[in-house]
Amino acid sequence: MFDPSIREELVSIVGPKHFLDDATNLMSYSYDATPVVQSLPDGVIFPATTEDVAKIVRVCASHAIPIVARGAGSNLCGGTVPVAGGLVIAMGRMNRLIEIDQENLTATIQPGLNTKEFHTRVEQAGLFYPPDPSSMVICTMGGNIALGAGGLRGLKYGTTKDYVLGLEAVLANGEVIRTGGKLVKDVAGYDLTRLLVGSAGTLAIITEATVKLIPQAPFRRALIAMYRSLDEAARTVSRIVAAKITPCTLEFMDQATTRVVENFAHIGLPVDARAILAIEQDGEEASVQRDLAAIEEICREQGAFAVRVAKTPEEGAQVMEARRSALSALARLRPTTILEDATVPRSEVAAMVLEIERIAAKFDVRISTFGHAGDGNLHPTATTDARDADELHRVEQAFEEIFWTAVELGGTITGEHGVGLVKAPYLEWKVGHAGVEIMQGIKRAFDPQNILNPGKIFAETRKRVVVQQ
Amino acid sequence: MTAQHEKLADQFRLSLDADELENCMRCGFCLPACPTFVETGLEAASPRGRIALMKAVVHGALQPDDGFAAQMDLCLGCRACEPACPSDVRYGRLIEQTRDVLASHAPQSGRSELLRAVFLRGLFPHTRRMRMLGRLLGMYQGIGLADRVRASGLLRVLPRHMQDMERILPRATGRGVAQACRQAGIPNRTERSGGAQMLVLPPVGERVGRVGLFRGCIMDVLFTETNVNTVRLLRESGFEVVIPEAQVCCGALHGHAGELAGARELAQRNVAVFAAAQVDYVATNAGGCGAFLKEYDHLLQQAPHASEASEFAGRVLDVSELLVDHGRPLEMRADAEMETVTYQDSCHLRNVMGVKRQPRALLESMPGVTYCELPGADHCCGSAGIYNLTQPGMASDILTHKMDDVRATGAQVVVTTNPGCQLQMRLGVEREGDPGQSAVHLVDLLAQRVAFHDS
Repeated sequence: MFDPSIREELVSIVGPKHFLDDATNLMSYSYDATPVVQSLPDGVIFPATTEDVAKIVRVCASHAIPIVARGAGSNLCGGTVPVAGGLVIAMGRMNRLIEIDQENLTATIQPGLNTKEFHTRVEQAGLFYPPDPSSMVICTMGGNIALGAGGLRGLKYGTTKDYVLGLEAVLANGEVIRTGGKLVKDVAGYDLTRLLVGSAGTLAIITEATVKLIPQAPFRRALIAMYRSLDEAARTVSRIVAAKITPCTLEFMDQATTRVVENFAHIGLPVDARAILAIEQDGEEASVQRDLAAIEEICREQGAFAVRVAKTPEEGAQVMEARRSALSALARLRPTTILEDATVPRSEVAAMVLEIERIAAKFDVRISTFGHAGDGNLHPTATTDARDADELHRVEQAFEEIFWTAVELGGTITGEHGVGLVKAPYLEWKVGHAGVEIMQGIKRAFDPQNILNPGKIFAETRKRVVVQQ
Repeated sequence: MTAQHEKLADQFRLSLDADELENCMRCGFCLPACPTFVETGLEAASPRGRIALMKAVVHGALQPDDGFAAQMDLCLGCRACEPACPSDVRYGRLIEQTRDVLASHAPQSGRSELLRAVFLRGLFPHTRRMRMLGRLLGMYQGIGLADRVRASGLLRVLPRHMQDMERILPRATGRGVAQACRQAGIPNRTERSGGAQMLVLPPVGERVGRVGLFRGCIMDVLFTETNVNTVRLLRESGFEVVIPEAQVCCGALHGHAGELAGARELAQRNVAVFAAAQVDYVATNAGGCGAFLKEYDHLLQQAPHASEASEFAGRVLDVSELLVDHGRPLEMRADAEMETVTYQDSCHLRNVMGVKRQPRALLESMPGVTYCELPGADHCCGSAGIYNLTQPGMASDILTHKMDDVRATGAQVVVTTNPGCQLQMRLGVEREGDPGQSAVHLVDLLAQRVAFHDS
């Protein structure tokens, strides 16, 4: 609970309707989509303008109150859980698409804008914004930028970081900065735009963004390849990349995942295959057809027992939409799903898939794997029950080993979900001691009082425990 | 925590399905499907939020105080979150369990308790009282009294939303569908089975099946004509229609308002009545009733005769499903007038009974009808049982946005498949629709456009 005078200051900025601190509302902003972690804030505020945000931050700065900016609360790294209490700034009212600039091929948006809605409006204008995290029906553009969201089209089109051209953000002292702009080239000083993308609200609060749009591809088509082993499917991925073909989407799902997704979506996915690849290509019709024919051949060479090519673009879209429900659908098996996004170079996908199987067996936990195999970003997902402490501990051990293995294979602990709260203890495994130190230095320069999303990204590093076998 | 809240929290621990609570993994995919979240933007007013609050109460992290109860009351119970949920969380069960506990423990506000006592206990379960009310209401409307009362300004003592409702109520009757069928000269005979009496109306042409008509309590008084049309269409499609006299209200409004005991009692009677009628299907024309009937298996899980309940639930179908999937195709009149028509899903028909294709197929099969899909047809209209009486503010906001979408279709006719939705859409049309626009039940529109072979 805030001191009444602080409460008064906050209410005076947004009005009584847009500041909440009753028990029910505090509870409902204590979590996001990350399993197990939860912590109550002291208040929730809904600003309408950048000016509101600046005033709010100034109040918080003068009383050293922690601030967590929040979009839809759909992230998977505990990024918006207010672990140090304080104020949640919910961006729902700042949800306008400010403009689509057809002459510069850019869009300018407010952070609370829903990603799917943004996609729809951009596509209505004949343009394309590729980053498409699986939570796009609920997540917000601000959240996507804060956590550097990826999606299904990463391998050909890149992720959020490749599309943000400029930002408006409120610093920890309440000052407003503008970075970048509608510019293809801009090397004026440090690239603060890139620095803020993925900074999880620990450096500044993003209040507006300008993103790059590209022309829509005239033609798109998908296929599904079915395998009798995970290994064959995973090897196909590296072969496609080696054949110098870059599909726009190349998704991998094991049998358990395919089954639960089919149970939810009812679109006729092949539930008998041990693994499937869902592959989509876009571009000029002739080149798409050529690529698909080549991909089909590679799939069969690597052991696919069947390949089904979609007849319409809608059919492909349906498969990808169903695929986006995979994580949640896995909760049909066990109530708690803990998923990670360890990422490896694409040549190592097959090795990583086998390692995940080995590690799951070693710790006696059930791990289903799906993911963006085409860009090396896998989603091993443990289906468990948060009420079983012993199993939960084994899941944690298994993931530690998965992180370690990914790093050993030249990969990273997180490809697109962000470090947030839950992967902070492993950050050093990826970036090293000096890497963590320089990042902490940057954090101090931006936020000397440590009020912006404290407790995220940095934590005491987990010691690598080697279990003797 | 106060002693009273502590006691209530204990009751939640006993009543709420802990596994179902755990099954929500908080992905938030339900948020855009939830009308109260869309209206308010508040996490607590979303299905994920409400489940998190229930869980917090069960874990002792939150008092089940007025704020908690207010969020539970604000839920429409439309269950649009269920088909949106990849994890298959049965939210409808959780909200019903929650409301059951709240209803039995928390002191109700005076108005809400009065509404419950009058409607849920005093009226809906009693066929004869419903008929009597129908007769009185019909008289009030029929002898010009309604117009005079309106003119006198007497109704101003009612809250605004009640005045609105009074204005859009259809012409009530005390006859009920069985009597109305007899009076309409539809061929019929009376059957008896174990002391129970039922009216049987033979099919037109060859018989394709035997259907028990679930007439509904409100349907039968306020929408007798729709029930009669349902009978005519089913017969035309080849069904022998049975109307058991002893059937009672389905109990949906009780269940949704947290009066589960009352609902179970009604359910047991209906299960027995329709078992005696020996029908292949039980037909409903009200999505709200149909969905509740279809879940009798869950409602009566612990009750005696649970297997009969589940057999009954398996036979329940919406009239549109019977006509499209089980009956003979209906012949449409070619000379019917040209109209642009749109369709507002009944939430429970779509989200619980899983029926969305058949009503649209029927509309698209009508010559002269241009069918235009309503954007957000799967979003509740705000009627939601007695929600528009208990939560008038939210119901009104939702309706306003619904009418914006209706306007975008350019439709003259808004078709619905549930009496509550029909009244709500009628209110919308009356309040902000275009002149000449109307809201009708699918069955009534069909009856105008089908070429009947048995006049």
